[in-house]
Amino acid sequence: MPRGVAVVAVAQTRYESSKPSQHLQDLALEPVQEVLSVSGLQFREDGKGIDATISCSQDHWDGWTISSKNIIDGAGGHLRPEEKVAVDGAYALYYATLCIMGGHYDCVLVVAHTKESQVDGRLVENMGMEPLFSRPLGMDFTSCAALQARIYMRRYGILPEQCARVVVKSRRCSCLNPKALAQGSVSVEEVLASPYLADPIHEMETKPVADGACAVILAEEGKARRWTDKPVMIEGLGSSYDRHYPGYRDLADPSALREAARRAYAMAGIDDPPRDLHVVELSEYFAYQELLWTEGLGLCGPGEGGQLLDSGASSLGGEIPVNPSGGLLSGVPVNVAGLNRAVEATLQLRGEAGARQVEGAERALVHGTGGACGQMHCVLVLRRGW
Amino acid sequence: MPERVAIVGIGQTEHQYMRPDVNHEEMIHEAVERALQDAEMNIHEIDTVLMTNMDLFEGHYLADAMSVDGAGMYGRPGFKLNTGGTSGGTAVAAAWHHIASGVFETVLVIGWQKQDATPSIAALATAREPFYDRGLAAGAVGIFASMALQYMQEAGCGEEPAALARVIMADHARRNPYSHLKLDLTVEDVLASRVLVWPVRLLHMSPTSCGACALVLSNEGRARRSPKPPVWIVDTETAHREQSVWRGGCVEPAPGPTAIEVAASRLYNRNGIGHPSREIDVWELYTPSSWALLPWMELFSICEKGRAWRLVEKELIRLDGPIPIEPSGGVVSTNPIGASGVIRVAEAALQIRGEGGERQVHKEVRTALASAWGACHWIVIFLLSKDRP
Repeated sequence: MPRGVAVVAVAQTRYESSKPSQHLQDLALEPVQEVLSVSGLQFREDGKGIDATISCSQDHWDGWTISSKNIIDGAGGHLRPEEKVAVDGAYALYYATLCIMGGHYDCVLVVAHTKESQVDGRLVENMGMEPLFSRPLGMDFTSCAALQARIYMRRYGILPEQCARVVVKSRRCSCLNPKALAQGSVSVEEVLASPYLADPIHEMETKPVADGACAVILAEEGKARRWTDKPVMIEGLGSSYDRHYPGYRDLADPSALREAARRAYAMAGIDDPPRDLHVVELSEYFAYQELLWTEGLGLCGPGEGGQLLDSGASSLGGEIPVNPSGGLLSGVPVNVAGLNRAVEATLQLRGEAGARQVEGAERALVHGTGGACGQMHCVLVLRRGW
Repeated sequence: MPERVAIVGIGQTEHQYMRPDVNHEEMIHEAVERALQDAEMNIHEIDTVLMTNMDLFEGHYLADAMSVDGAGMYGRPGFKLNTGGTSGGTAVAAAWHHIASGVFETVLVIGWQKQDATPSIAALATAREPFYDRGLAAGAVGIFASMALQYMQEAGCGEEPAALARVIMADHARRNPYSHLKLDLTVEDVLASRVLVWPVRLLHMSPTSCGACALVLSNEGRARRSPKPPVWIVDTETAHREQSVWRGGCVEPAPGPTAIEVAASRLYNRNGIGHPSREIDVWELYTPSSWALLPWMELFSICEKGRAWRLVEKELIRLDGPIPIEPSGGVVSTNPIGASGVIRVAEAALQIRGEGGERQVHKEVRTALASAWGACHWIVIFLLSKDRP
C-alpha cells in the first residue's frame, strides 16, 4: 500500500482578464509566497521543509521555450529539483502525489501559471491539431468542441437552454467567489443571445480569457499532520488518453474520462460516485462539457447530464454540487485549471470556501483535461483527513 | 518501502538528419516496438506511458496528445514532461517515481524529436528572458563559448583537447549503428572547421537529429520475469540553476557551486561513492559540445579541477581506457533533443547488459552514470547498476 499523501497548503491569485503589471515570474511567485507563508515551510535540504518543485505551464502559452525555467527562482528551483509537467495542472498534482508515494520526496510544491492575455489562444490550439490535414483548415479547440457539442446534443436531446443553464449556474457561484474573474449574474436568454463562436456554442458558453496562478504544498501523511490541523488526503488518482483525431472518437462518449475516473475510484474505494462524493470541481472549457463530464464521471448515466442539472442536484445546495467555485466558465486559465480545481476542492473540504461553501463536504473530486474535445483526462479524489 | 526500479526494455531508432519517410507517430512507433520486443512484452502489459518532447521546438502544442496512436497511449494513463534538453532525463526520473510508488508495475517512457519539420534553433531563441536576456543570447553555442573560454583560462589548455575529445566521440559513434553522425575525424579536421563563436567550432557542436528512444521500466516482481537481466536504476537526482544570463547564471561558476556539482555530490553521498572515477565503470554525460566535456569531467569529480584536459590528452576516455565516456558517441554525434536524455540512460543500460556491440567498453561494466543536461544549467543524473540495490 503506497504511503499517504496530503495537501498541506493551497493558494491562488485573483483571476483577471489581464495582469499587465506582472511578469510571469511575479505571477507564479504570488501564490508560492502565500503557501510558504501560511504553512511556515521553506525550501530546505534537511528534510524539514519542501524537498522539490513540480510546475505546470506550456511553452506555447508563455511564448518561452522550456517555460518552467522562467519561474525557477521563485519556485525554489535554484540548485534544487524542479520538474515541469507540460499538460494540465491536475497532472502536476497527480505526478507530485506519485513522487511522494514513491518515497524519494516527502514534501513537494506544485505551481501552475498562465497568462492567456498575452497569446492568441486559438493559434496555440491550432498548433495542437494534426499538422498535415487538420491544421491548414484552421481548426482549433472551439471548432472541435462545436462538433462534440452538436453530436452530444443530438444524440441525447440535450437542449440549448440546458447548456445555457450551466452558465447561469456557474455565474451565480462565481459571484460568491472573490477570486473569480466573471462577475455578475446572467440569464438563459442573455446566454443564448450572445453571438455564436461556432454553432451551437455561444460566446458566453466558453471560458473567458484569464491570467492567474495556483500553488499547492503536498506532503507525506505523517509530516502533513504535523504541519497542518486540516490535512486533505489524496485518496485516489487516475488518468487516460483518448485518440487524437476527433473523427476517430465517439465524441458523445467520454471514454477516457470514464477510464480515468474508474482508476481513481478503484484506488479511493468509491463504488457509487454520486453517493460517495460531496463536491465536484471539474474542468469545463465549454458549458456543454459540464453535462458531458458529469456523465463520464458516473454522476449520472449517459445522456442524463441535462437532467442532473435540471434536477438541481449539481447546484450549490444540491446533493452533488458541481463547480461551486464557478468553474472554468468563471475565468481560469488553461494549465492552471486543473490545479485550481484542487485548490477549490481543498477549500471546500476544509470548510474555508466562504459563501460558496458546500455544507459538510468530506470528499471531493478534482478533474483536469487537455486537448481538443477532452482528449486526455486526469481525476483525483480528495478527502478530509481529520 | 519503495519498489525497486529496473530497466527491462530498450529501443531506439537509427537517428538521422531527416526522416521524410515517416511522420512523428511512425517514428515513435519504431522505438516503442523495439523496446517492447526487447522486453518481450506487448503494449497491453504496459500500465502507463510517459512522454517527453520539446513541443515548441517541434511546432506542436500538446505533442503527446498528437502521438497517442504511435506511442500506445490510447486508453492508458500518462502525460508529457518538458524541461528542455533535460527532458529525457526528467521523463525517466518520472517513470522511476511511478514504479517506486507501487501504483504502477510497468512504465513505457518515450523521448523523441523530429527536427526535420521545424527550425528548432528559432524556438531555442525564446529560451531567454524576454526583456533583458533575449537580445544577448540565442541558441546554445554562446553558452558553450563562454564555458570554453573560462575553462581555457582556468585550466591553461589550448584548443586541442576539446578537438581530441570530439575525435574520440566520433570514433565511438562510428561503432554505434544508431548514431546520426558517423564521422571519421582528426584533430586537424575539427580545428579547421568553421568558428561559430570562438573557441566553439562547427564540429564541436551537436547536430540536428530526428529520432526516438523508448525504455520499459518495471518493478522487481515484473523484472524477475524479464528475458534479459534487469539493469537497476539505483538512484536519481535533479538540480537546476537560476537561468538568467545577466545575473551570472549562464557563465558558470559565478558564483559556484554549479548544478552538476550539487546534484553529483548529493547522489554520490547518498550512495557512498567516494571515488567516482574508480567506482563508476562507464559514463554517458550528455555533452552537447565537446568543449563541455572538460569542465564537466571535473564537476562530476571524475578528476581534480584543471586536470580533465590532460586525461583527454592521454585518451583515457576511449572505449578501452580506464574512464570510458560517451561510448555511444554522445550528444555531439546524435541529438534528437527530447530523446537525447533517454538515449543516455538507454546506452548506459546497454553497456551494463554487455550489449554495446562494437561500442561495448572493454572493461567489465557493473555501474554506470547517465545524465541529461538542458536549458541553461539543469541536470538529471542516474546511477545504474548490474547488481540489485
